[in-house]
Formats: sequence, C-alpha cells, structure tokens
Amino acid sequence: MTLQVDIRHRQGDFELRLTFESPQGLTALFGQSGSGKTTLVRAIAGLLRPQQARIAVGETVLVDTAAGRFVPTHRRRIGYVFQEPRLFPHLTVRQNLGYGRWFAADRGAAADDARLVEMLDIGPLLTRHPGGLSGGERQRVAIGRALLCAPRLLLMDEPLSQIDATRKAEILPYIERLRDEIKIPIVYVSHALDEVVRLAGHLVCIGDGRLLATGPTAAVLTRTDLPMFARRPDAGAVVAAEVMTHDAHYRLTRLRCAAGDLWVPQLDHAVGSQVNVWVRAQDVTLALQAPQEISALNVLTGTITSIGRADDSTAMVALDCNGLSLLARVTRLSAERLQLRPGLSVHALVKSVSFPLAGNAAA
Amino acid sequence: MLSPDEWTALSLSLRVAAVAVLASLPFAVLAAYLLARWRFPGIVVIDGLIHLPLTLPPVVTGYLLLLSFGTQGFAGRFLAEHLGIVFAFRWTGAALAAAVMGFPLMVRAIRLSLEAVDPRLEEAASTLGARPLWVFATVTLPLIGPGIVSGIILAFARAMGEFGATITFVSNIPGETQTLASAIYTYTQMPGADAQALRLTAVAVAVSMVALIASEWLARRGRKRASGA
Repeated sequence: MTLQVDIRHRQGDFELRLTFESPQGLTALFGQSGSGKTTLVRAIAGLLRPQQARIAVGETVLVDTAAGRFVPTHRRRIGYVFQEPRLFPHLTVRQNLGYGRWFAADRGAAADDARLVEMLDIGPLLTRHPGGLSGGERQRVAIGRALLCAPRLLLMDEPLSQIDATRKAEILPYIERLRDEIKIPIVYVSHALDEVVRLAGHLVCIGDGRLLATGPTAAVLTRTDLPMFARRPDAGAVVAAEVMTHDAHYRLTRLRCAAGDLWVPQLDHAVGSQVNVWVRAQDVTLALQAPQEISALNVLTGTITSIGRADDSTAMVALDCNGLSLLARVTRLSAERLQLRPGLSVHALVKSVSFPLAGNAAA
Repeated sequence: MLSPDEWTALSLSLRVAAVAVLASLPFAVLAAYLLARWRFPGIVVIDGLIHLPLTLPPVVTGYLLLLSFGTQGFAGRFLAEHLGIVFAFRWTGAALAAAVMGFPLMVRAIRLSLEAVDPRLEEAASTLGARPLWVFATVTLPLIGPGIVSGIILAFARAMGEFGATITFVSNIPGETQTLASAIYTYTQMPGADAQALRLTAVAVAVSMVALIASEWLARRGRKRASGA
C-alpha cells in the first residue's frame, strides 16, 4: 500500500504546496521546524481540512477536494502518534490501548494484540494509569494504542522529540521492530538526522512548504545540491553493511559493504547481522593515487558523481564506490588543486575511528 | 424533633433543589460546551442571557417567569396544553425558579473545566476512530467530571437558598411552594414564632454544611481520578 499526497494549503503567509508518493515501509518527512511537516500530517489524518488536495492510501481516497470528498478523521483508520503521548488520563493503560478497538470494524485477532503488547514491552504497565508512567513508557503505550485499532497507515509526528536521549535510544529499537514486522506504511516526521538515517528507507525532504527532494534515504542524503544537508557539520552518507568478524584483540569489527571491507570500533552486533553505519563527510579524505603507508585502515575506490559547494570554504563531493554513495568534505582549495570533477576516479580514505553508529551519531 | 409542617418544608426544599439541578444539568452542559467551544456572532447575547439571573434582582426574575410561564404566559399556556406541565403555584414552578437562578453558576463551573480539557486528547480520540459524540462521552465528559460535580453543588446550594424569585413566581403555599427559606420568612413575620424560625435556621445551616463537605470530598476524588494518579 502506498500513500499519495498532492496538496495545496495556505495558512496566513505560509503556503504548503507539494506532491509526493511514499512506498511501503517507513518514509521520513524531514525538514526544519516550520517547514510544514506537521500541517502535512494533520491533513493526512483529517485533523486539518486542506484547501486543495488529493490524498489516498492504496485504493482508498481520503481527500479529493476536486470531487468534494473528505473522509472525517474517525473514519480514516490512520494511526497517529503525536509529539506528546496524549494518553487519556482517566483510563488505565489497558483501557487506553483498547480505546480504538471499540470503534474498529474489523478487530484484529487477540493474538496480534498480545504480540504487539509484547513487542512494545508494555505488558507490566497494563493496570496502571498514564500519570504514573515515565515519558518513554507513555510514548510506547501511545504507539501501541495507535496500532491496536488496525490502521491502514501509521503517522508518527516527532514521537521522540520530547524524550531525553537515553529514553530515545530505548524506544528506537521498538520502532525499528514495528517497521520490520508490521505491514503498513509508516510516515515518520522528524528533524533529527540520526532518527531518519536509522529508520527510514524513503525520505521526503520539505523546506518552507515545498518538496526539496524525495527518494531512497541513502540517495537523497548524498545529494550535494541540497544545502539542508551539505551545510550540516554532521552531513554524511548511510552505509549498509554486514558484520563479518570481530577482532577482540584490537577491539575492531570488520564490516562488508558494497564498496569493500571497513574496519570500525568493535560493535556489539552479532556476526552476520545487517547494520547501517554513518560515514560523515568530514571524515573522508580524497586522494588521486592509491595511498601507501598510512594509518587509515579503510581505503575505498570510487568515481566522483557530483560536486557542490557546502559553505564558503568547503565543497561537498559525492562518490560512487561500486554502487555505494559516499560524501567527502574537502576545502575548495584542494578541490581546485586536485582538479576534482565528475567522472574522476579517486581513493577515499575513511578513518576507522569515524564510524559512529547511526542512531547515536548525528544527534 | 421537627414538626410535620417543618418536615414538609425541608423535604419540599430538597425535592425542589434536586429536581431543579438534575433537570437543568443537561442544558447546562450543552450551554457550557457552546460557550467554551463555539465561536459565532451572537454568542455574547447568549452568554448574557444565561448570566442574567445572576445580576437581576431575584424579584425581577420571578416576575418575568410569572409573565412567561404563568397560566396566562405564552410558554406556560403552551406547556400546559401540549405537555400537561403546569408551573403556576406548583412545586414544579419553584423548581423552575430554582433552576433558572442556579443555571449560571452551574454553566460557569462546567465551562471552566471544559476550557481546561486538552483538545489534543479529543483529537487523539478521533484518530482512534471515535465519532464526535463518542469523543464527548468517553473523553470530554469524564474529564469534566469534577467541574460537573462542583456545578451541581453550587446550583443545589443556590436552589436551597432561593427565595425572591420563588415567592414572586409561585407564592408561598404551605405544602406546595413553601420551601425552607419561605417558611423561615413566614415564621419571622409571625409573632411568637421565633423558636420555629430558629429551628429551621439550624436545619438550613446543617444542610448547607453537609452539602459543602460532600462537595469538597467529591471534587477531591474527581480531581484525583481525572489526573490519573
């Protein structure tokens, strides 16, 4: 099932005007605050009536202003996890979770409920009231509540923005599990790069109410023509890799990605598991000839695909290393001296110490 | 302890106040919701009309009720002919007077608690599939419980103390419209009835104290429940 959005909506001086489509899996709506992300998800949920729009999930048209169609919120079957948990204070956790099921026409099987409660680890909280829960527990209950009414789409509007870093690290794995185990599209609103990198397969970037870029996360993040990424000090590329071996002596882990092997500080992931790592552009050095006798363990070869200006003194260079996209930040002076240009073959030196795991990296 | 006449006055007062409060409660919730949540031209007028009994001399309210709900009044005639409800010089008229006088207090209390309800919770309920009426019944109503309780208590207290509008509208008929307040007034106007007046005064004090303590207890319980602790 896919989500299709075509919207035009004016609110005072602000105009939201964009069209996008998001595939199965988790799509991140990424943008600065005030870029129109929340307005957009509210329109998808039906909490806002857009002036002109066509919004559809799969075959179901939720809004079509041209045809005069507007499905009210309570009939959309769209789960919505808000920034704040919004649990009903007068109900227990169990009653909060069950709230949507009073109204759901096709109730899921009780076994699915039990599995979800287990997946979110909220079984021990069932008899308590929301008042006595921690922020992280509340947000997990809110996620469960949204999913238990069997939605056709799940919206998550910065669900971790009001939670401290420790709790955030605690909830992220639950969201990853949902993404992998629940077969409904998830739209995840965020302005935190680390969450996006870790969770999203597809990225929709919004700036000032307009669509800036959309596509697979790895591809969008390595575009050098998007200042919203290139200007960030933590700009970089996602590298999907498999854990090959752990070296206990040197406390290193060898990963294999499309471009070759990478040594990183020891990870606690099992051998054979898939990980996404984050390679920051400023940790990648370029060389025209194969470097010898250097301390960097990781040298990948690739071809320059594009060069963009990051700021006054640096340029952002995008590389294709055997299908893997990588970003390198170099000074504009070096770019000129080396005569860097698209199509040129280069060696990329990646310091092995520059592999913060996506998820606790770019925050 | 109390003479039959005094018992009659006390039980009539309680009945009048209870009926007044319960019958006006749904209208008060509706009015509070309208005032708290809706924005339309003319809302100021409705707000003013609801609060009028608070500022008008009770005699004026009573007289207006007599003009409209009396046997010759337009509303009184209509209700008598079509629904068989007669207010003039009946205890039901006393209840109507008490309800009108207590209405602004009840609406105010409920409106305040409605304004304190987080509309984001109601949004959440609608995304979970609840139609607006269900959102109101399952989220809004439980959360304004404490406000409704304090509104009921305030209106009940006002109804127990009602005198001016009642006596103007339905007079002071023992056994029919003579409430506690009217009875005390009657005794104070009778030579040698000081003892009776004093006894009924004590009864009035006792009833008020019980109502206040009960309201405090209920409100505390309600707040605790609504906060989810």
